[in-house]
Amino acid sequence: MKTLTRFKNAFRKLALSATALVALGLSPALAEEINALVWCDHSAPEFLKPFEDASGIKVNVKEFEGTGAGMALLDQSQPGDWDVMVIDSIDVRRGVEKGLFEPLPEDKLPFGDLYPQVVLDAFTKLDGKRYGITEKFGYNTIGFNKDKVDGSDMQTLQSLVSDKYKGRIAIYDYYLPVMGMAALAAGKKTADLTEADLPAIKDVLLKMKANAKLVGEVTASQTALATGEVDILVGGGEWVTAGLAKENPALDFSIPKEGGILWSQSLAMLAASQKKDAALKFIQYVLSPEGQARLATSSCYWGMPSNQKATLTDEQKKVLRFDEQPGFLARAQLYPAPDEKLDKQMQDVWTQMLQAQ
Amino acid sequence: MTQSANARGGAVPWVAVGPALLWTLAFFAAPFIAMALVSVTVKGGGFSLANYQQFFTDPSYYRALFNSLEVTAIVTVISILLAYPFAWILAEQIPERWQRLALILAILPFWTSYVVRSYSWLLVLAEKGVVNNTLVQLGLIAEPIQLANTRFATVTGFVHFFVMLLTLTIFANLKQLSPSYRKAAADLGAGPVRTFLHIILPLTLPGIMVGAFLTFVLATGDYITPQILGGNNELLMPQLIMLQIGRRGDFPLASALSILLMLVVTVAYLACARWLKIERA
Repeated sequence: MKTLTRFKNAFRKLALSATALVALGLSPALAEEINALVWCDHSAPEFLKPFEDASGIKVNVKEFEGTGAGMALLDQSQPGDWDVMVIDSIDVRRGVEKGLFEPLPEDKLPFGDLYPQVVLDAFTKLDGKRYGITEKFGYNTIGFNKDKVDGSDMQTLQSLVSDKYKGRIAIYDYYLPVMGMAALAAGKKTADLTEADLPAIKDVLLKMKANAKLVGEVTASQTALATGEVDILVGGGEWVTAGLAKENPALDFSIPKEGGILWSQSLAMLAASQKKDAALKFIQYVLSPEGQARLATSSCYWGMPSNQKATLTDEQKKVLRFDEQPGFLARAQLYPAPDEKLDKQMQDVWTQMLQAQ
Repeated sequence: MTQSANARGGAVPWVAVGPALLWTLAFFAAPFIAMALVSVTVKGGGFSLANYQQFFTDPSYYRALFNSLEVTAIVTVISILLAYPFAWILAEQIPERWQRLALILAILPFWTSYVVRSYSWLLVLAEKGVVNNTLVQLGLIAEPIQLANTRFATVTGFVHFFVMLLTLTIFANLKQLSPSYRKAAADLGAGPVRTFLHIILPLTLPGIMVGAFLTFVLATGDYITPQILGGNNELLMPQLIMLQIGRRGDFPLASALSILLMLVVTVAYLACARWLKIERA
């Protein structure tokens, strides 16, 4: 009898807990959820919470690095698992060709407020439909410690291949932007690269490698510059120096006379999403002046907001060199966007550079 | 009755082994077969041996395997040389009641995050790190030397980790040895050095080889340590594999490289198993 009573009590507690969980599940604050494949700059609570509080839409994020890894995650998922994805602007078409992305309603997004140079129709539009919207951009160029190097030297890419800074250079470990910089140093345009340009690019890369102390991914190269292990980061830019400006104001970047490489990341909506309205609301938030300011100053890495109306403070604008953007954009060249064959060849050249002693 | 009992007895081993077998099939055999099949395709295409052809004809690819083998060999040898005396002291010189505490202290490095430990080494070996500062202050070097972002740094990070592993396997082996062996050797007139070389060392070879094999397997397949500490100044196999996946998502080539790495590990296992008789009767 006692056992039966205990069982009844336990059952009642379980029923009450289940009811509470259901009620919680139906509460306005958790009314809807979307799943987003993102880069690390989208994961911070200070970026997501204002949207979740205002919209009642919870954003579940999963971080990934590299378009290949992101595409693999989508391949391994069920259609509808993901609603939004962050992707290199140059790779939006890769997703479109695989039927992954939904056209975006241009009239519901602030395209008029974006820097025209980063809208990048060539990469984000296909057959007249828009599949990606640039949310953040910056430059792969020369990041440096202005207390340790001659600022005038940082105005030309030739300094990276001369002996003057031998052993004081780090190279950012991502082949596309750094090979783009090597192409600029060799007097080529990144938009016109072909297989025939690879020997000249390789020649520059090998000279850079001979001067380099390390070839590092984001954290390693950032740490090397911040700790004084190196004084120059090839491929660096505001994404490395801006976030460290408070601790180390000597870190800076230049766009040399040959130009820098414009990087940009886009947001895309998954075609299989069952929550397209919520996904669009999230994209609208990210592109709003407030969302843009938060994204631009993410603790993971800073970058320029693509929306010119981003509500950045004067100090933040100064660190990002907001006022100099028109000049920077005029001199920047497009991120290399090779086709499959050239992409493979470029990566092989990069591998040869890494193995070179 | 007897027949039925035999039938039941015959089924018992399968019931016992079944879960492990299913686990192995699901999480090793099936993925391995899938990876092997993917490795003989090309990205976006059908059957091809192009991935293997590239590995064997492109020096920057097969060089990665040589680099991995060189680094692993150096790490394994140094780890054994450091771990053996350490295990010996633990097993023979430290009183029984303190051995447990000593073992816990020995494996403390395992408790910290592998990534954090690697980044810590990066700071220790940096130009302005503890090692360079000490060497400069002692007057042994005039200027800081490059220690971080080198093969030396990769080996240091590996050795720090694997010395502990080898210490445990050798320690376990030393504890299993009966003191009678040493007494018998002494009775027969053998000194400590001769006893060690002719009795103790051969009897602890299984412990050394188990640890060495684990070191080989784990170091050959490790991505984090060379990536953080090596400064990408040379590519090892795991880094080459990851390079194929990052942006391009070339899973066929990554699979082919992984299969080749597994073959090397298999050869190492066969070598250890045959020569040193790891299996026990």
